[in-house]
Amino acid sequence: MSHKIVSIDELSENVYTAEIAAPLIAQARKPGQFVIVGINSEYSERIPLTIAGADAEKGTIRLIWQRVGKTTAEMADLKPGDEIGNIVGPLGRPTEIDNFGTVVCVGGGIGNAPLLPIADALKKAGNKIISILGARTKELLILEDEFAKISDELIVTTDDGSHGRKALVTEPLKEICERDPKPNRAFVIGPAIMMKFCCEVTKQFDVHTEVSLNTIMVDGTGMCGGCRIEYDGQPKFVCVDGPEFDGHKVNFDLMMKRLGAYKEMEQKAHEQYLEHRCKLGLDT
Amino acid sequence: MPMSGDNVKETLTVTDEQRQELLEKILKKQETEGLKPSDRYEIPPQEMPEQDPILRGSNVDEVATGYTETHARLEALRCLQCKKTPCIKGCPVRIRIGDFIAAIADGDFKEALAIIKENSLLPAVCGRVCPQEVQCQQTCTVGLKYKDPTKGVSIGRLERYVADLGRNDDSTPKVAPDTGMKVAIIGSGPGGIVAAADARRAGNDVTIFEAFHKPGGVMVYGIPEFRLPKAIVQEEIDALTRMGVTIVCNFVVGRTRTIEQLMNEDGFDAVYVGVGAGLPRFMGIAGETLVGVYSANEYLTRANLMKAYDFGKGADTPIAMSKRVAVIGGGNVAMDSARTALRLGAGKVYLVYRRSEKEMPARVEEVHHAKEEGIEFLILQSPKRIIGDENSRVTGIECLKYELGEPDDSGRRRPVPIEGSEFTIDLDTVIIAIGNGSNPLIRQTTPGIEFNKWGNIVVDENCKTSMEGIYAGGDIVLGAATVILAMGQGRIAAAGMNQYLREKRRARRRFADAQ
Repeated sequence: MSHKIVSIDELSENVYTAEIAAPLIAQARKPGQFVIVGINSEYSERIPLTIAGADAEKGTIRLIWQRVGKTTAEMADLKPGDEIGNIVGPLGRPTEIDNFGTVVCVGGGIGNAPLLPIADALKKAGNKIISILGARTKELLILEDEFAKISDELIVTTDDGSHGRKALVTEPLKEICERDPKPNRAFVIGPAIMMKFCCEVTKQFDVHTEVSLNTIMVDGTGMCGGCRIEYDGQPKFVCVDGPEFDGHKVNFDLMMKRLGAYKEMEQKAHEQYLEHRCKLGLDT
Repeated sequence: MPMSGDNVKETLTVTDEQRQELLEKILKKQETEGLKPSDRYEIPPQEMPEQDPILRGSNVDEVATGYTETHARLEALRCLQCKKTPCIKGCPVRIRIGDFIAAIADGDFKEALAIIKENSLLPAVCGRVCPQEVQCQQTCTVGLKYKDPTKGVSIGRLERYVADLGRNDDSTPKVAPDTGMKVAIIGSGPGGIVAAADARRAGNDVTIFEAFHKPGGVMVYGIPEFRLPKAIVQEEIDALTRMGVTIVCNFVVGRTRTIEQLMNEDGFDAVYVGVGAGLPRFMGIAGETLVGVYSANEYLTRANLMKAYDFGKGADTPIAMSKRVAVIGGGNVAMDSARTALRLGAGKVYLVYRRSEKEMPARVEEVHHAKEEGIEFLILQSPKRIIGDENSRVTGIECLKYELGEPDDSGRRRPVPIEGSEFTIDLDTVIIAIGNGSNPLIRQTTPGIEFNKWGNIVVDENCKTSMEGIYAGGDIVLGAATVILAMGQGRIAAAGMNQYLREKRRARRRFADAQ
C-alpha cells in the first residue's frame, strides 16, 4: 500500500507540510503518536515523524517536517500525486489527555506541529491553554493562527525580535510558572536543547513537564532499541515507552549526543543528494 | 573400527575427479554386492565447499557455496538407514530423514525434496540455519561412531542441496476450494509463513500483517545474507502470493488495528500471532546508552534489512564505521553480529562470552566460521561497564574474568566473576547480543490473551491461546528459539485453526438452516 501526497506546501523556510493518504493511520491515531516514513523499500532509511493532524473521514494524515537531511529533502521535493512507499503507524503511546486545569504548551520551531493536536485535545478536555511559541525569526514561526484559535493566552517569541517578544521561550515560561496559582502541567516540544532548558525552568517550580522526544529509530516497535534514552538513570525506548516522558527525568545531554551519532554520514548523504538533484536540473 | 580424523581433512584436498571416481566405485559396489555398514563408514564425510575465509570477510555473499551432486550422493551413501531412526526423533518437524537421504543416494532428488516437503515448508532455509548438530544429527549413528555429531551424516547440507535444486520450481501448491473463512497471520517470519501456507491450502482467505516494510521477519532483518540469502526468503514469500495469500506490510497489529478490531470489525475468523521475541535485552551496566553501543537487533537490522553496507552507494541508512568492535554474547546472533562487523570493515572484532566455549549456544559451524574469519574469542570474560569519552562515544569496556562454578538452572555451569581481575579493551563499538525478551505490544493491546510471567503467550498442544480463534507460535510462545521450532508451531497452529474453522463453518450452516 503506498501513500499518495494530496497536497504539499512550504510552511516556512525549509519547513514543509503535506497531507498524505493513510486511511488506517488517520483512523487509529491519537495526539502524541508518530509514524515512521520510508520513501521506497529497497534503500530508503526509516525516519520517525510526529503526526501533526489527521482527517479520518478523508483518510489523510498531516506531516510537518524540516528539511535537514537526505530523506527530509527528498520528501520536500515530492509533488501532489507522488507516492510515499512506506508509512507505518500510528506508533508510540498517545498523550495522556485529562483536565489538568491550566496547562502551558511550549513549542519551539517545528515542535509546534506535534504540539498542536495535543494542545487541541487538552483544550477540548477543558483545560485553560497558555501557549508559548518560539522561533528564530518571524518567517520561521509556524501555526500561529491555529494556536491562537485554541489558546486562552498566546505568547510569541523570536530570537531577533522580528515578531512578538524578543526572547527565548524560557523567559515567558518562567513568568508563567511564577504566577499564583502556577500552571498545573507543561507540555514542551521542540529542539532537544530547548526542551532541556524549559525543563530546568519548570523543575524549579515543580511543574510537571511532558516532553516529546524525536530520537533516531529504525523499526519504531521496540525491536532495535536504537532510540533508547537514559530516563531516571534507566534505559527507556522512546518508540514504545514514549515518545512522551516526564522531562525532569530525561538525560538530555546524552540524548543529544545520540542524536548526533551519524551526523557526518548524514551530511554526506544530504550533499550527495543535493548534487544529484542539481545534475537532474531540479534546482532552477 | 577405528575412525581417524584424517579422512575428514583429506576431503578438503581431493579433486572433483577423485570424488567422482570414489562415487562411481561405491555405486558399482552397491550394485554388484551391496554396501555393508563398514563400507559406508569408510566414505569420508563430505565437507561443504566454502568461500575463502579471507576473501569472504570483504563481501556479503553466502559463505558456504553448497554441495555438488557428487558430494551429495557420497554424503547420502554414508547413511546407514538405521531402523531406529534416531535422526527423526531429533527433528522438531519429524521429516522422514532416512527416506529422503536414500532418495538422494539413488539420485532421485525430486523425490527427496517431495519427502522433505511433506513436513517442512522451508527446506532451503532450514537446511542452512537449523542447528542440526543438536537436533537430527546429534544422535546419528555414524556420528556416534566418530564420537562427534558434526561427523555424522550432514543432514542439513543434504536438505539444502535438494532444496536448492528445487528453487527454480515456481509451481503453486494446490489450494482447496474457498471456505469463506478469513485468517489473519500476524508476523511474516518462519512461523507465519508456514501457518499462512497451511491455512491457505485448506481454502481459507489468508492475510499476513507485517510491521516492517518487507516480509520475512528474522530471516530478512536478523540472519545475514552470508548465512541465508534474502532471495531464498523472497521465493517463499512469492510462493505464498501465488497461492493467493495477501501480504500487508507496514501494519503493526496493536497499533494500526488491534486483534479485537481484526476479529470484530474486519471479519477475521481466526488469528495466528507470530510476532517473535524482538525486545532486545541490555546488560544493565553503566554506559549502555553511549554512542556506539548497539543491540544486535539494531546492528543487524541496519546492516541486513536496511542494507547499510551500501551506505553512500545508494542506501540511506548509516551504521557505525567501526574499527574495533566487541560483541557481547555467545549465540548465533552474536556470531552473526561479529561477522557482520568484520564485513563492514572493522579491523578487529572480539567476541566476549562469560562462560566457556562449550556452553556457547551458537552452532558449531558458526563458531568455526567466525574463528576462521579472524574473530577473537574472549571466553570466561564479561564487561563490567562501558567506557565513553567527553562526547559520550564508546572508547572501551572494562571486563572481568570469570570461572565456572556449580551448574545453574539451565544445567550449564554458572560463571563466577574472579575478584580483582578487571582489565580494559579499547573499542569504538559494542554490540550487545545477549538475547531478546518478548515484545509487550500484543499483551498491552489484547487484554484477553493469557501470558506467562516472562511475557510469553500461553498455548495448548494445538498452539491455541486462551482466546477463542486466536493461535500463537514461535518466539512469542517459546522465548527466543529457532526457525525450525517456529515453523513447527506455525504448522501445528494452522492445523488447529483449520479444524476450528471447519467447525465454525458447520455451526454457521446449522444456524442458517435452523433459521
